[in-house]
Amino acid sequence: MTTSKHRKGANSIERVAGNGLLDRRALLSHGAALAGAMGVGVAGTATGAAAEPLAVDPWTLTPGIPVPAYGVPSRFEDKTVRTLTNPKGDPRGSGARTPHHLLNGTITPNGLHMVVARGGIPDIDPDKHKLLIHGRVKQPMTFSLEALHRYPMVSRVSFVECGGNSAPLFSKEPIQATVQALHGLVSCAEWTGVKLSTLFEEVGIDPQAEWFLAESADSVSMHRSVPVRKAMDDAMIALYQNGERINPSQGYPMRLLVPGYEGNMNVKWLRRIKVVDGPIMAQNESVAYTILMENGKAWRFFYPQEVKSFITHPSPGLTMNGPGFYEISGLSWSGKGRIGKVEVSADGGKSWALAALQTPVLSKALTRFRMPWNWDGTPAVLLSRATDESGNVQPSRAAFLAERGAPKVTPNVAAFPMEHCNMISSWGVGAKGEVTNVYV
Amino acid sequence: MFTFETSASGTLRSGKRAVIVAAVALLACVGAAPAADGPHLGQPISPADAAAWDISVGPDGVGLPPGSGTPAQGAVVYAQKCAACHGDKGEGKTNARLVGGEITGPGPAVKTVGSYWPYATMVFDFTRRAMPWTAPKSLTNDEVYAVTAHILRLNGIIGDNDVMDAKTLPQVKMPNRDGFVNLFPNKY
Repeated sequence: MTTSKHRKGANSIERVAGNGLLDRRALLSHGAALAGAMGVGVAGTATGAAAEPLAVDPWTLTPGIPVPAYGVPSRFEDKTVRTLTNPKGDPRGSGARTPHHLLNGTITPNGLHMVVARGGIPDIDPDKHKLLIHGRVKQPMTFSLEALHRYPMVSRVSFVECGGNSAPLFSKEPIQATVQALHGLVSCAEWTGVKLSTLFEEVGIDPQAEWFLAESADSVSMHRSVPVRKAMDDAMIALYQNGERINPSQGYPMRLLVPGYEGNMNVKWLRRIKVVDGPIMAQNESVAYTILMENGKAWRFFYPQEVKSFITHPSPGLTMNGPGFYEISGLSWSGKGRIGKVEVSADGGKSWALAALQTPVLSKALTRFRMPWNWDGTPAVLLSRATDESGNVQPSRAAFLAERGAPKVTPNVAAFPMEHCNMISSWGVGAKGEVTNVYV
Repeated sequence: MFTFETSASGTLRSGKRAVIVAAVALLACVGAAPAADGPHLGQPISPADAAAWDISVGPDGVGLPPGSGTPAQGAVVYAQKCAACHGDKGEGKTNARLVGGEITGPGPAVKTVGSYWPYATMVFDFTRRAMPWTAPKSLTNDEVYAVTAHILRLNGIIGDNDVMDAKTLPQVKMPNRDGFVNLFPNKY
């Protein structure tokens, strides 16, 4: 790049939508472009107040601790933890939500992955655990973990999202809570394991069979029915999560992964697969994870998590530190494939601009979007709207409620008044920089 | 899978020769394994030997075990094992309400066994596999049939003297049996 091009670039940075949204390409080019763009903004100068004189920090004056065998986050990151649904261990299931407002990128650390565990986390001895595959197969078989490790393996990055994620948006009044409380039941990891189709070939699955059930080795023997079609497409018996053996809270030593499908179908602590004649009508598919409509009929077998996005930075609970440049960023995904585009609005949906998508953009995986923003210090309303590669568009709140019915109450933030809730989120930014959940 | 034996520093332990032992013990004969070129590392098992794990019950009653129970028998078990969490009469306490409620009306829906669950077999299946929460799978099949009968009776779905077993339970018609619309495969 030449100097003249710098200038040209700086001068050509456009305000691509209302309330200070800048061209996403400003993020990808030389910093001078952003500086130029900020120079013409209301915020004024591109440089801040002078820095304090530098002092010598104490950690430079003494040796550090020896490297430990297993690394854990800095002690200063003690707020970056999951929130718990059953912190006292009452006799019921427990769960945990991912702190998306404190993370960045797209991969969720294993200790922060969302969990729903209806019977708690079992303590499974991997040398004694077996996977049974039976039912409509030529030869029922059990597979030890050691045997599974000798099959060809694959890796894929995939989100896992609870069917009840984002349910607090289905509220009469906007619930004031962080994105961890509102959207924290989705996470994303690289999963490695054996394709289920490989094992179905081994046992000789009945070619006419259309359904199998997957069952957990936990105390409640959680089970779900899954179409065989999904097994032959992209399901896997996952043994590794982000490179290490799958975390106990994610199903150690093995889980079913059905990429893009409702989280509950990704059966953890998997011990049994039975090829059956039809859906088994488990409590978790014919009571839980159903959607009761206003006419009294309930939707059942709603499998893909549909296209969704939300802004993590800024988001409710975080505070903007004065006018000037910010990067708006957030997460988007679709259970039906890749994200095609994400649009962002800073004026409550009056105008929209394309956000930059961080590569690689993977199918059925969390995709980070980024949008440069020059905040002028006046109230703004931030929205994100995702469209997947098939053209499915994340619905507005109005469109979503037109189909599902209007919420009658403002529920507890931990309640699940709706399943598969993928309406657009709206964050209000006040003049003091405070961020709240608002409806537009 | 490979087995590595190393010291804490990562050096291979056996001195002159690296010990990298391929696990070969699992090359069990799989007899008539269907896939010609597969690794054949699964171990064949007969349905009889898999029976202890084969606990799923379908809506048609397939999988229901021998045994039976009545509402009166179930009331005794329920008081001892269930009421602490679900209330004396299934009204709900620290855990889910089981009785009454309605799913249409001006207020939020109240989903219970009586108002929402589509198949009576699900009550048996869920109770047998998951309840009581602190001691799952501790009830006998007779006790599970009895508790199922008691919950159905509390909801006014069966009579005082109805006996629930593998033949009668699938014949119980739940009020909301036809209340569901299957999105798969039509929506996909």
